[in-house]
Amino acid sequence: MRKLLLVAVAAALPLVAAGCGEKPTVTVYKQGQYQGKPDKQPWDNEQFKGDKVAWEKALKARNVGQNEYERVAAH
Amino acid sequence: MARMKFLADAERCIECNGCVTACKQEHDIPWGVNRRRVVTLNDGTPGEKSISVACMHCSDAPCMAVCPVDVFYKTSEGIVLHDKDLCIGCGYCFYACPFGAPQFPQDGAFGLRGKMDKCTFCAGGPEPDFSAAEFTKYGRNRIAEGKLPACAEMCATKALLGGDGDVIADIYRRRVTTRGKGSEVWGWGTAYGKPESKPAARPGAKS
Repeated sequence: MRKLLLVAVAAALPLVAAGCGEKPTVTVYKQGQYQGKPDKQPWDNEQFKGDKVAWEKALKARNVGQNEYERVAAH
Repeated sequence: MARMKFLADAERCIECNGCVTACKQEHDIPWGVNRRRVVTLNDGTPGEKSISVACMHCSDAPCMAVCPVDVFYKTSEGIVLHDKDLCIGCGYCFYACPFGAPQFPQDGAFGLRGKMDKCTFCAGGPEPDFSAAEFTKYGRNRIAEGKLPACAEMCATKALLGGDGDVIADIYRRRVTTRGKGSEVWGWGTAYGKPESKPAARPGAKS
């Protein structure tokens, strides 16, 4: 009888202990990090050869060129 | 560092769709995908207004926030780009985007949703600059060539401006002050209220 009780307790113990291993089920959202391939800077290529200033200068000229008040007055 | 932005001037847009054509031509965009389109309100009635819409490269982009596989990244110029290799075509970004910018090519016999495609501000993607892989997946990389987006540079009336946010804001400010438009500008009433729709002062009411 005592042996049977011990077996029953041993069998029930994992079930009782399983409650202690319960994990919280509330989801915590985290800000994701980019998972893709790294991209290079737009001036790191064979055209500008890493010259950031030259790239910025080229882009600025195009930026300012959109202002026809300046562009037309210059001609 | 410049923060790249688009600015669409509804007072100048003549709905020629030149920007749409320029974009399609520049990047070899397939049928059914429109990275840029012109939206016209009150079409056909006097006073209609058109505006060119694409990805606005948001400073706090909702597409980046909702993407479950985190394919989006932002360049040092503030351009929102994505890695197509990881995209699962779930369409969350489409629902999150207030401009309807993400596009999904209908690949396959059953109209499956392909990998997301959107305006790259002509800045390509994470593939090597000027490579065939970059052109096939993302289109031409004009930014790396020291050029601005094709749509903005092609615009005949310069209704669509693209580039450094500070510079194009200055251009637009000068334009507005030169043409003498203030509260008549389209969208002003929506944003700041219409002067003519103010409730009439009731007798005895505080001013």
